[in-house]
Amino acid sequence: MKVGLFIPCYVDQFYPGAAIATLQLLEKLGVDVSYPKNQTCCGQPMANSGFAHLTGGCDKLFTENFRHFDYIVAPSGSCVLHIKEHLHSNEYADDAASIRNKIYELSAFLTDILQVESLPSRFPSRFPFKVGVHQSCHGQRGLYLSQMSELVAPGFSKPGKLLNMVEGIDIVPLNRPDECCGFGGTFCVAEEAVSVKMGKDRVEDHLSHGAEYITGVDMSCLMHMEGILRRQGSKVKVIHLAEILNSYQ
Amino acid sequence: MSTETKDHAALADDFNKDEDRVDWHDETLWWIRQKRDKAVNKLPDWELLRATASAIKNNVLSNLSAYLQEFEAKAQNNGIIVHWAADAKTHNKIVLDLLNAKGIKQMVKSKSMLTEECHLNEYLENNNIEVIDSDLGERIVQLAKEPPSHIVLPCIHKKKEEIGELFHLHLGTDKGNSDPQYLTETARQHLRNIFITRRAALTGVNFAIAETGEFVVCTNEGNADMGAHLADIHIASMGIEKIIPERKHLGVFLRLLTRSATGQPITTYSSHYSKPRDGKEIHIIIVDNGRSKQLGRADFRNSLKCIRCGACMNTCPVYRRSGGHSYHNAISGPIGAILAPNLDMEKFADLPFASTLCGSCSNVCPVKIDIHQQLYKWRQVIVQNGYAPAAKKAAMKLMSITLSSPFLYHTSGKAGRLVLRFAPFAVNNRFNPWFKQRDMPAPPNQSFGEWYAKNR
Repeated sequence: MKVGLFIPCYVDQFYPGAAIATLQLLEKLGVDVSYPKNQTCCGQPMANSGFAHLTGGCDKLFTENFRHFDYIVAPSGSCVLHIKEHLHSNEYADDAASIRNKIYELSAFLTDILQVESLPSRFPSRFPFKVGVHQSCHGQRGLYLSQMSELVAPGFSKPGKLLNMVEGIDIVPLNRPDECCGFGGTFCVAEEAVSVKMGKDRVEDHLSHGAEYITGVDMSCLMHMEGILRRQGSKVKVIHLAEILNSYQ
Repeated sequence: MSTETKDHAALADDFNKDEDRVDWHDETLWWIRQKRDKAVNKLPDWELLRATASAIKNNVLSNLSAYLQEFEAKAQNNGIIVHWAADAKTHNKIVLDLLNAKGIKQMVKSKSMLTEECHLNEYLENNNIEVIDSDLGERIVQLAKEPPSHIVLPCIHKKKEEIGELFHLHLGTDKGNSDPQYLTETARQHLRNIFITRRAALTGVNFAIAETGEFVVCTNEGNADMGAHLADIHIASMGIEKIIPERKHLGVFLRLLTRSATGQPITTYSSHYSKPRDGKEIHIIIVDNGRSKQLGRADFRNSLKCIRCGACMNTCPVYRRSGGHSYHNAISGPIGAILAPNLDMEKFADLPFASTLCGSCSNVCPVKIDIHQQLYKWRQVIVQNGYAPAAKKAAMKLMSITLSSPFLYHTSGKAGRLVLRFAPFAVNNRFNPWFKQRDMPAPPNQSFGEWYAKNR
């Protein structure tokens, strides 16, 4: 099984730690994983701004980079959802269609494809902190990584299942378990006032429940909340799910 | 109105100047969302009900002209007079002509979002007809000379103290008294006199049944009934999409409507109107006003399934923190944002962007409209039609070129991080909307790509 590692552009540039943790975690689990070096971006920033017609270059590049893999895995629900819903290529139409079906967000790949029941025993994960879990909307409502509070349906959580395998972790409850953080791509600057207010409210929910870390499957939401935490002078940190699963201090 | 020239972001910015008020507005609507959650979780078949309602409405939209003609014929058999209005102007003219023909100068009106959409009150007032809204929330915003901010809870943006002040000014209540029971009793006495003296009553229509030619109006206050039963002429305005095929389908929609709207099992009054009493008249005005155009838009047609419950507003994290008036349209919130561009794409070009595309709206929608998917699709249509700001167009073009080229991406990535590390003042300033209330991420020494090249 050959797995292509897709690292979203802003994770590559600003959060290499999350990307390294994803790679190391997959390697520890025995996955044959490699990172195509010519990758850039999924094209979502343009598409969500109404400029989907400008994503042709990104689509082509993405397809060229990833069409030869059995699976593509990324530490982001949002970028994966974008590829699943919108990747098209006139040049490699079949390859693009195939990629849409074989791309996975990290936690879904671990639970659904690798069917991980425990984390690698040579490096037992240990994370003795109080952690708030942020449900990123695109992962949750788009990729069904967790049950959604609006529906009358049985609960489940793929990231939650994985976090429960981590020794010492204390997951804190939240008043609003799946409210959006307000990042929303270009929304965060175009609708600055509402975006910030949403972020402040989301952060406050975690803080009031004593979280020392806020984790999630999308670094973009975490970057937004980190921006607010740092401005407030808070000591609470954000950390990608992969970094917790890969931790062995 | 001064708000006409401001877009959603600017109006939301104004709303957010008073953070305590934003918190209060958010908590109030979230409380209603939670009431909705409690109510729907009592029905194990909730998701089946939603799917059923969606299927019924899809059938209606695919056979709309047949159902409308069946409804017209049955209603006429029952003695109801049916009018057709292609647009808001025609609708308003029909109402005015009906009133003028009877020499009526005063009308009482229960809640009808369609008449808000048509700006009927303004039109009638310009033609010397006085209109009094009889829904308590609508009456409050009418006294305040404001449009409703929510389709089910028109004055949800007003605190009780502000309502007390309005009632003191207009209805003579004691100054400073904002006791809800006292204010409601005053409104009740005030409206009772209106109901008794008005010869014409206008109501909306929640459901029009093709099979029987009857229509159903849902209220919690009984105000539609009070108006319609006492008037000589009852005018009911309905959009063409309000049709349901059979009476038995009410069993699906009435169970969904109020659970979704307020968390009640059913509206206090679900009133059926099927024929006029002796000597009285019932008129139905069936209004298109852009709906058939929306029906012709493959990506947006199923927005016409909407039953106007307002659940998408209550759950929307943006609506709760920007207020209904920030949508500058009769119908606000996520559903308003997908309906409004159909009516005027330029004026409402901002609304589909007033969302993070979180998807909560689609999940609460009792008729399963894919609201957030349509918001995404409207963004494409609006840009394709040339309504994107020039600066945004240029930025997106540059982004597209950079991200399509690994070389440019890696070069500008380095430059971007260098700027962050060595010249934070260049980015961390007031011209960067991110930095106004948020810090930038700390720039790492190397990108993942650079790390990978060295380590693997």
